[in-house]
Amino acid sequence: MPTSAPLLVMRDIEKRFQGVHALAKASLEVQPAEIMALVGQNGAGKSTLIKVLTGAYGRDAGSIDFSGRPIAFASPQEAQRGGISTIYQEINLVPFRSVTENIFLGRERRRFGLLDWSRMNAEAADLLRRFDIAIDVRRPLMDYSTAIQQMVAIARAVSFKAQLVIMDEPTSSLDEREVEVLFDVMRRLRAEGVAVVFITHRLDELYQVCDRVTVMRDGRTIATRPMAEVDKLHLIAAMLGRDVEAVRGHATGFTAAAGPAGDEVLSAEGLRIGRRVRDSRLDVRAGQIVGLAGLLGSGRTETARAIFGADPPDAGSIRLMGKAITPREPADAIAMGVGYCSEDRKADGIVPDMSVRENLTLAILPRLVAMGVVDEGRQRAIVEKFMKRLAIKASGPEQKIRELSGGNQQKVLLARWLCADPKLLILDEPTRGIDVGAKAEIQSLIRELADQGLGVLMISSELEEIVEGADRVFVLSDGRTVADLPHAQASARAIMAAMAHEDAAATGEVARG
Amino acid sequence: MADAPSLTRGRAGPDVAAFFRRYAALAALIVLLAFNFAVTPHFVSLQTLNVNLTQVATIVIVSVGMTLVIATGGIDLSVGSLMAIAGALAPLIFLSPFGVAHPALGDLLAFVLPVAVVGLLGAFNGWFITRFQVQPIVGTLVMFIAGRGIGQVLTNGNLQVFHNPTFQFIGLGRVLGVPFQVIVMLVIVGLAAWTVRRTLFGRHILAVGGNERAARLAGVPVARVKRWVYAISGLCAGLAGLVVVSINSSSDANLVGLGMELDAIAAVAVGGTPFTGGQASVIGTLIGALLIQLLRYTLLANGVPDAAALVVKGVIIAGAVWSQQRGRTA
Repeated sequence: MPTSAPLLVMRDIEKRFQGVHALAKASLEVQPAEIMALVGQNGAGKSTLIKVLTGAYGRDAGSIDFSGRPIAFASPQEAQRGGISTIYQEINLVPFRSVTENIFLGRERRRFGLLDWSRMNAEAADLLRRFDIAIDVRRPLMDYSTAIQQMVAIARAVSFKAQLVIMDEPTSSLDEREVEVLFDVMRRLRAEGVAVVFITHRLDELYQVCDRVTVMRDGRTIATRPMAEVDKLHLIAAMLGRDVEAVRGHATGFTAAAGPAGDEVLSAEGLRIGRRVRDSRLDVRAGQIVGLAGLLGSGRTETARAIFGADPPDAGSIRLMGKAITPREPADAIAMGVGYCSEDRKADGIVPDMSVRENLTLAILPRLVAMGVVDEGRQRAIVEKFMKRLAIKASGPEQKIRELSGGNQQKVLLARWLCADPKLLILDEPTRGIDVGAKAEIQSLIRELADQGLGVLMISSELEEIVEGADRVFVLSDGRTVADLPHAQASARAIMAAMAHEDAAATGEVARG
Repeated sequence: MADAPSLTRGRAGPDVAAFFRRYAALAALIVLLAFNFAVTPHFVSLQTLNVNLTQVATIVIVSVGMTLVIATGGIDLSVGSLMAIAGALAPLIFLSPFGVAHPALGDLLAFVLPVAVVGLLGAFNGWFITRFQVQPIVGTLVMFIAGRGIGQVLTNGNLQVFHNPTFQFIGLGRVLGVPFQVIVMLVIVGLAAWTVRRTLFGRHILAVGGNERAARLAGVPVARVKRWVYAISGLCAGLAGLVVVSINSSSDANLVGLGMELDAIAAVAVGGTPFTGGQASVIGTLIGALLIQLLRYTLLANGVPDAAALVVKGVIIAGAVWSQQRGRTA
């Protein structure tokens, strides 16, 4: 590693939102002309840290030195002028305007008070040529592929004389070849003395291009290591907060299964969905909690949505309750006795302005209807029963669901499916963003339901939940099912090894701990 | 984190806002009535009541359909053009050789067919919007433009003048002294309010408008619900078209329903139904339409020219939107 003075030093950064720590003692150090990976689970604080750096958020404590001077940018624009450019996951350029306009947006070249188009076009073309990209800069940006648009965003960033370029998941919408082009650009930037902070969820990419890696978890910086000195298993362990060797005590509300599993309720094989899922397979039996583990972007949610008919698969077969059926719409799966609690409560779960009563009965409403009219007596009875059974805290069934806490919203969404008496319930991150008490409650409820004969497919990023809760675990890596572990073998170590295995095999540098 | 669990909020805040949003239009209507009782000469008469209700009936009928569309998060610009089509079709049917030969059947078909045809065109709007994921404002703009063209082609751009008491009962008839279209209006308002509140379809409308993705994942047939609301909006527009041509004893495809889409949208806005979808206040829409109508009448009856009345109408809409936004942020 270079021993020169670091380009960027962020130390002991703290950031609170409404009293809740999003960052506590987070730090980041970047050398000139190095590519630094920044990794961590969802919610680890990567994006918040970047936003504090670029001035999108203020900080509550800590210091930032850039090029040897303390800085406090008031806005991303100011950071850009100061030499730090950020490229986001979603390209925030103007698709209808030309490539040139996008590059010069906000600092157009003028001549006699008019825009000097010929000069700007020439400069834009020169700039892109540095990255071996020869395109017609006068055409609208949207005419080009996502990768090219990404490059234009980078070119724009570089043209601000950036010393540090931050890339927040730039590869999530690129295919393999486009990723290679992006990596070339990153290496070229490094050769020109520009430092890069690279945020990604695809671990194998880190080994291809990064010099060092910083791992974050729960708003803290856990470790910073040279890439070559850390293997994938330890990297995953650091991200998930599990010591590779340690065995911790009971940390969740799960208990062991009461009895043997029953008939098969779900079997999926060879699922291929879009770009993310290439070959996923799993099955679930009645009375069983099946865990679906994998890093972010491994295709867990996509698999679940395919089974539920929300995004039908491109290939593969699905069997529900023993019948070969591929749901084309959620309604098809619901008719078969399947329920699905999505990972994003706000976007995919609650209807915010509706009451607890209406949210709870949304899925079974067609069954509470006579001649098109809702039987409000029966509806109320069901709502009361489930509010009591799940101990939902609300001022009453008529309270708007958006006014409830996250844990209680989640209980209402669980009740939405439970009152439909399903045979298979798919839970995508059932305890994310929920306080500790409600979390244990929901976990023991899931077990109770399974013991009563419900088949549960549970996606979780929390290893404890999978290790302690699941009777059987399928591990997804890069869109493939890479392991199928019974409860006895599903240790944290085994699951993490499975997650790392596919990655290591893909890059050919197997380093197992 | 960004999605930190929101703590249970006190109920008082949002409820005061909702109350304000819900009853602002009603309060304004009452104030305006009181003003008229005190100031406007000859205001307290059955005739004044009938004149106002007759004039407002078509707007209300169309606005009810519009309310349902807006509750799904959409909008329907085509209602005025659909009125013109229905208004052009009806006289074509009862003035046709078949209609003249069989007056009873002809008059019946003159009621049913135009409304059905226009309802189907509304369903087409819904199909177009859901099938191709077009924004409703663009999707219905197609019918807004093409619809009036269709109306003009049907009649070769000619004015159709007629005298047909049976058919015109819908616009000129009275039951126990109450204008028939006012009864139609009240029935439609009542039916729609009941549908929204009590039926599966009504709850599905609000779920689709409230969170379309969540609704779909809960098994709500989102596309079907949307097609139906646009079809219903079409049916309402068709009915309103028949009322208008009956009152006029003539049908001019260039003029029937001209600007109606904006009047209807205004009534919905003033009535307190938010344009973001997920809520529908049919009674509010009725009140909104009455408020706009009475305001115009008040100004005219007190010698203020129609041009100035338009400005006041604009101010009222701005006020309604303002009160809605206060309702959301308070």
